[in-house]
Amino acid sequence: MADLVSHPDEVKVVSKRFGKGATNLDRYLELDGYKAVQKALAMGPDAIINEVKNSGLRGRGGAGFSTGMKWSFVPKQSPKPKYVLCNGDESEPGTCKDRLIFEHDPHAVIEGVVIAGLSVGSHVGYIYVRGEYRYLSEIMQKAIRDAYARGFLGKNIFGSGYDFDVYWHGGAGAYEVGEESALMESLEGKRGIPRIRPPFPAVVGLWGGPTIINNAETLANVPHIIMGGAEWYAGLGPPKNGGTRLFCLSGHLSRPGVYELPMGYNLKKMIYEVAGGIPNGRKLKAVVPGGASTPVLTADEVDVGMDFDSLAKAGSMLGSGGVVVLDDATCMVKFALRTIKFYQHESCGWCIPCREGTDWLKKTLARFHAGAGLKKDIDNIYYLAENMLGRTFCPLGDAAAMPTMAFVKKFRKEFEDHLEGKPCPYEPLGRTMELPVLAH
Amino acid sequence: MRFSEQFEQRFTEMLGHYPTKRSVLVPTLLYAQDEAGFLSDEIIHEIAGRLDLTDLEVRNVISYYSMLTTKPRGKYNVQVCTNIACMLRGGEELLEHCSKKLGIGHKGTTADGLFSLEEVECIGACSWAPAVQVNYDFHENLTTVKMDKILDGYKSKV
Repeated sequence: MADLVSHPDEVKVVSKRFGKGATNLDRYLELDGYKAVQKALAMGPDAIINEVKNSGLRGRGGAGFSTGMKWSFVPKQSPKPKYVLCNGDESEPGTCKDRLIFEHDPHAVIEGVVIAGLSVGSHVGYIYVRGEYRYLSEIMQKAIRDAYARGFLGKNIFGSGYDFDVYWHGGAGAYEVGEESALMESLEGKRGIPRIRPPFPAVVGLWGGPTIINNAETLANVPHIIMGGAEWYAGLGPPKNGGTRLFCLSGHLSRPGVYELPMGYNLKKMIYEVAGGIPNGRKLKAVVPGGASTPVLTADEVDVGMDFDSLAKAGSMLGSGGVVVLDDATCMVKFALRTIKFYQHESCGWCIPCREGTDWLKKTLARFHAGAGLKKDIDNIYYLAENMLGRTFCPLGDAAAMPTMAFVKKFRKEFEDHLEGKPCPYEPLGRTMELPVLAH
Repeated sequence: MRFSEQFEQRFTEMLGHYPTKRSVLVPTLLYAQDEAGFLSDEIIHEIAGRLDLTDLEVRNVISYYSMLTTKPRGKYNVQVCTNIACMLRGGEELLEHCSKKLGIGHKGTTADGLFSLEEVECIGACSWAPAVQVNYDFHENLTTVKMDKILDGYKSKV
């Protein structure tokens, strides 16, 4: 469905089988499929966890937590069943990578789930695919059925005496469900409202049992780590940022697309060389480096390595790998408004700072963009966002607050340009007018 | 209320996947909606009964998920993404174009019941923006000209 792109700088690990027909099980086996799971069966739990820990693999969903470490938190003994949950509810604006994995290499996700299960002594895994991805859920269901038919799943997998079941699960439209605790609620058939932590899912998760929750891209990396070894994988990126990433390049670019590049790859190079630069003779204004929730970088800040630690140092986050590029004709107030409109729509309403905060930010920004901003509102927007930080059950509140603060801080002048009834300097006034214009 | 054989098969199979009945609720509601067009009182009551839930508990879940609806929609639900990546490449203009062409606004349905229009949040097609989903089909790298062809294509399917 979605077009594939390529560039000589790519290092293909997760995307190695893209476009090679690997949804077909026989083809997948030809391409070294299901070897990792057999190797993992022979390795045993501790060796698997150590390998993944040493590989420097960090969560590809956004938080960037060490995957091996996460697995090691699951108690060895548990009176309740343990579960593996693959998060394929991809919905962070700017992110479209898990989609390609499900489309081109569904068995790699299954393998990742089984290996994660082996590492903690679990016997059941669920693969949650967002509801909009119906065609992918069908690909995944077929892949699971095919794996069962060969004895790769179910009782006594690969004749090892170990039982492991994998099931698919579908969502029905909710960004919030991509958050791990809301994901569990959704899988249990409820509204996707976050749970308070601790206890963390590794101890109390699905139906009260210890649960490993990993992003689909994270799990699709695992078989490659088992086969290639921790040292090789870690060496692909800078220290503590092992491997590669599927970077989803979008926005004002000549060659947008999903490219697999080593961790730490320079952002400037990514924009100008890999994705062909900014079209229409325009210049770069800003980049959202890791999905809508990550703080924006200005054109002067793009000479930075795209890995978790370098971006943290630059005051942003690597997030989910969604790189959204903005040219100099983009109105940052409008962009901030569209971003907050999303979070306001997706806030589940459980925590007041997020429910009310996103709503007031949206209203204030809408008024601002309509040309009726008050000078004091610029600080109010920042203050309101700042007060949402860390005051909610789940990170949606932070996800809305962090980019908003960065927009105000780094593009204050554009907010000032909208004051005193001045029309938006970047486009005709009134496009997104949603509120009556207030008197000063 | 009668569902298709495929629905029943899948429903029975899914019940075996989880330790609690209720876990099948979200995907089951979506599959039921696919068959009936929307989640009527009758469907809600039927599914609640099967899963030992009250109608209210099911409604509670429906109201949370953006794809689920208790109101009838057109045969083809045109979902235009205007989130950041699509917005930068003309998603809003595309929405406006669809709105003019179909003569309906956000969540409106044409008089002949053929099309509904919806402004949606990110559908995961950012690198191929602007993008639209018609029911479950993705259409990407769109222009208004391509969009017209797509809409005409659905029209001629009937």
